[in-house]
Amino acid sequence: MKIVVCVKHVPDTETKVVIADDGKSLNPAGVKFILNPYDEFAVEEALRLKEAQGDGDVIVLSVGPEEAQSSIRTALAMGADSAILLKAGNSALYDGVAVAKALADEIGNLQPDLILTGKMAIDDYGHQVGSMLAELLGWPVLGTARELTFTNGKATISRDIEGGRETVEATMPCVVTAEKGLNDPRYPSLKGIMQAKKKTIEIKDANLNQSGFEILEMTYPPQKPAGRIVGEGAAAAPELIRLLRDEAKVI
Amino acid sequence: MAKIFVFAEQRGNGLKSYALEAVSAGRKIADATGGEVIACLVGKGVSNLTGQLAKFGADKILVADDSQLAAYSPAGYSTVIADAVKTEAPDVVFFSASAMGRELAPLVAIKTNTSVVADVVGAEWQGDHLQIKRPVYAGKAYLKIAVKAKPAMATLRPNVFPASEKAGAGQVQELAVTLSEKDLNVKVIATEMKSSGRPELTEAHIIVSGGRGMGGPENYPVIEALADTLGAAVGASRAAVDAGWRPHSDQVGQTGKTVSPNLYIACGISGAIQHLAGMSSSKYIVAVNKDPEAPIFKVADYGIVGDLFEVVPEMDKAAKQLLEK
Repeated sequence: MKIVVCVKHVPDTETKVVIADDGKSLNPAGVKFILNPYDEFAVEEALRLKEAQGDGDVIVLSVGPEEAQSSIRTALAMGADSAILLKAGNSALYDGVAVAKALADEIGNLQPDLILTGKMAIDDYGHQVGSMLAELLGWPVLGTARELTFTNGKATISRDIEGGRETVEATMPCVVTAEKGLNDPRYPSLKGIMQAKKKTIEIKDANLNQSGFEILEMTYPPQKPAGRIVGEGAAAAPELIRLLRDEAKVI
Repeated sequence: MAKIFVFAEQRGNGLKSYALEAVSAGRKIADATGGEVIACLVGKGVSNLTGQLAKFGADKILVADDSQLAAYSPAGYSTVIADAVKTEAPDVVFFSASAMGRELAPLVAIKTNTSVVADVVGAEWQGDHLQIKRPVYAGKAYLKIAVKAKPAMATLRPNVFPASEKAGAGQVQELAVTLSEKDLNVKVIATEMKSSGRPELTEAHIIVSGGRGMGGPENYPVIEALADTLGAAVGASRAAVDAGWRPHSDQVGQTGKTVSPNLYIACGISGAIQHLAGMSSSKYIVAVNKDPEAPIFKVADYGIVGDLFEVVPEMDKAAKQLLEK
């Protein structure tokens, strides 16, 4: 099976966010970037499928800046076979449609049997590129998978919905987006890291000229007034409940 | 004169609370601009829900009622919605940032040749375009965005926009449903709803959540008792889920659910950034933690420093006494 895994290079969640001088973007100085954790689940799932079948090709595909190669190397070190970076500008707050179109164009050349990606990127919470990519290709999408199985040319996933779970199936080829819980991603082995250094990353220019929106301003969250320590230990409980009722009026 | 199209999500023939929030958000923009609100209902046997949509502000309600739509199907639903969007040519299209809305909006966007702004927490009409506010970088920054794509398509974060009754004209129009085989290429083959008897996390007004400080799965009845007294949902931190104490569906945080209840009670949760990303937009936050240095106290409106196993039962007792009055 030929599997394309779409990944994004994102700031680590733990990163301290400093807004750049333009007031519209993240100042990248000192920011640690990582392979988007949801995409890591997608890479792992692709590798497991390849290992289970004893044969296959796992191609990593990313839209991002030159620096995104470091996250792509992580995926290669985990065991992916090859990679393509569609090079785009530095502000990674792209329009999802433009990213999906760039990916779809490239995937047209690759002709995979399956596309895996994360359900969302942890920088912009866009939650859309996987579905858009599927729609552009005219393929079905199975979103936020927590389990993935294949039988008779069909893919079946299980996923959480509000208040429950649903099982969804689609014909192949399809796009599957990964939710936490799909698997437990491996750490790259030393051997994997060494091998990844020898694998080439093909770099092409992405055409992201379309954007449906304009970022006017990036701001820090409103500062909350300092909270109040009501007291220590169980003795403070009645006063807390009273405050929630009389002051906050939430119970 | 902004024309607002709202996908009114229903499951099991009941409207989701966030569907009414989206209709209300649309009503507000329509009132400010002298425009109108069009709600779109998709499913089987859903016609009885139109009255409620009218009560919350829908001027026109499009109903796609068909046995092929009885089970949710992303391809089928998105085709029906996209066709309606093309016919109505609205300025704005709202979905909810729910499991269903997050999946449908991108599909409809491609079918109608527009973009999507996701997880929106503020929306207003500015002359000739929609301006929205949304968090990025785990809530550590917010973007103000002018949406230039037409229609302006957005998913609205549940529990952020207030649902308020304000009647719209409520004219009902049936939609003809014609689906091809391709529209049914994704099928929901089983749905299993859990009935804990508690509200669902993303819709709950109050959430009581337990983290590493819970010590083990056997101790959750302590917070469940308080949750039941308050009519609250029960959540968990990533530490508790990764330890296998609670299911992933209970997880609040970056790799779990994003919630915005009126009251969030964090018990034995230190307040790692991953957790804050999922709950910092709660209106009031209470922290119970024995470590006075825990970061959760920095975002909490009220805190008690102490052992949750002593504090939470006392809170439950006090809440019971107060609610009985």
